[in-house]
Amino acid sequence: MFGFSRPQLIAFLAMVALIVICPFILYPVFLMRVLTTALFACAFNLMIGYVGLLSFGQAAFYGMGAYVSAWTIKNWHVDASIAIALGGLTGGVLGLALGYLAIRRSGIYFAMITLALAQMVYFFCLEAPFTGGEDGIQQVPRGFLFGFIDLSKDMTMYWLVAAVFLGGFLLIHRIIHSPFGQVLKGIRENEPRTTSLGYRTDDYKLIAFVLSCTLAGVAGGTKALVFGIATLTDVNSSTSGEIVLTTLLGGLGTVFGPAVGAVVITTMENYLAQMGAWVTVIQGAIFMFCVLSFRRGILGEIGNLLKIKL
Amino acid sequence: MQAILSYSFSFFGTNVTIAALLGQGTLGLINGAFYACLSLGLAVIFGMLNIINFAHGALFMMGAFASWMLLNYLGIGYFPSLILSPLLVGLFGIFLEKTIISRLYKLDHLYGLLLTFGLALVIQGLFRNYYGSSGLPYQIPHVLQGATYIGFMYMPNYRGWVVLAALFVCLATWAIIEKTSLGATLRAATENAPLVQAFGVNVPRLITLTYGGGIALAAFAGVLAAPIYSVNPNMGDNFINIVFAVVVIGGMGSIMGSIVTGFALGVIEGMTKVVYPQASATVVFVVMVIVLLTKPRGLFGKAA
Repeated sequence: MFGFSRPQLIAFLAMVALIVICPFILYPVFLMRVLTTALFACAFNLMIGYVGLLSFGQAAFYGMGAYVSAWTIKNWHVDASIAIALGGLTGGVLGLALGYLAIRRSGIYFAMITLALAQMVYFFCLEAPFTGGEDGIQQVPRGFLFGFIDLSKDMTMYWLVAAVFLGGFLLIHRIIHSPFGQVLKGIRENEPRTTSLGYRTDDYKLIAFVLSCTLAGVAGGTKALVFGIATLTDVNSSTSGEIVLTTLLGGLGTVFGPAVGAVVITTMENYLAQMGAWVTVIQGAIFMFCVLSFRRGILGEIGNLLKIKL
Repeated sequence: MQAILSYSFSFFGTNVTIAALLGQGTLGLINGAFYACLSLGLAVIFGMLNIINFAHGALFMMGAFASWMLLNYLGIGYFPSLILSPLLVGLFGIFLEKTIISRLYKLDHLYGLLLTFGLALVIQGLFRNYYGSSGLPYQIPHVLQGATYIGFMYMPNYRGWVVLAALFVCLATWAIIEKTSLGATLRAATENAPLVQAFGVNVPRLITLTYGGGIALAAFAGVLAAPIYSVNPNMGDNFINIVFAVVVIGGMGSIMGSIVTGFALGVIEGMTKVVYPQASATVVFVVMVIVLLTKPRGLFGKAA
């Protein structure tokens, strides 16, 4: 199913079981934060893990998705599904525009360009009237799903978030295991050779970028509805850095790694929130530790030990 | 002269005078000086180490803090710390290169970026813990207070000094790299390190010194910036994003290219403040977009 190997299928079923059981034990709002971050990280992994594109500006798509979802549901009173879809659309369209520019360079230049372009989006959000500047868009209602399901209860909202996450997760998995995904992996391994086989690698990279940004927008939009707020933090470069860290810690190019990374990082932030700037120090230290001696990430290392691909 | 200066025209409904344009452009040179110092350091480090030093902004900030500490803890004034701070922070850079960064040379460039990004977070977080993020004042040295009339505007002396000092250091760096035998060795090692090593040059030491030198440049800019901006842990953050754009615009192939692009973009940014103030924060990024569309390798760039 969906190209899962046997161990992956077991891991997937375990993940679904956890998603179903956890809200009865843990605080659903916290879990929703984990799931939206996980979707964001999985989308990022599609680029870095399978195409080898390191974008340092993913917050632009996540944040703009959050703004658009929040604005449309608050001012146009659209359905929750439409609001989230519009968030995704925003991420995708913005991804197409910025990606078109960024893929002109590769490697570290790509990283620097995405960072700079995201900074431009940040300044835009700071000045633009509809984002509410420093205040952000506050008191966003969760609204209704399909016109009749009231999302104001945390548990109801949780099931929507879980469905969005699983949908996104399976979509990414399907993309990776399609012929299109094989070409992406080819680009990651050896771009000139992929070109010589007749693939227009820039087009493939751009499509992967747009898909990733669309899902980042969906994650941002969902997050905006969950917490009823969309602020400058969502488009800030620190958010971009955090999602890189989440994916790196979980395991670049692993199927479940980004989700595991999201659990670890979100939990850490939740418990360390009172410690102020130490959170930054710890995040930085984890970053350095991962790069120096833990490059495969949590699931990469586990998979390596068990000789399976997770 | 006065007639030219007072000539004004309308641009998108904003009344623009030549005097204002010249004035803001000149003030823009100050930011340009910082962009030039920082992008020059990035380019030199990238040439030798193949690493984009994400911690550059944090080390710039450390330069400013070092001069603040020297003054407040040891009573050492501005001019000595203009030399001491870059030296100290440069030594710290050498320590970093020796202990951690040198472990990454065999890996993909992207890991260097990620490592130095983590490093920047650690440094900034530590400074924020101990000094808060509100900023500490640093007085302009007595000799450089006041302002001088330069034909079309009053230039604060200190700002004029910043531009001249930065220009001098940038040109000196250019001269060392392009005109001395040490620089020739350095350029050769950038082209082909194993071959240069075969000639008996200690290339790893050269790499270490290059990193230290690039960091010292950033710290020097930090000391210059200390009296203008308040000394605070996030001061590098505001610069580094723009400096990355500057590096993309200029390309990292040329030393002079980095210097020219840095100063030029500062001027453009300054002039935008007159013409269309809302865009002054983003104009560098807009220039980057235009360059990417027309000359994707950067104005002075080589391949990749």
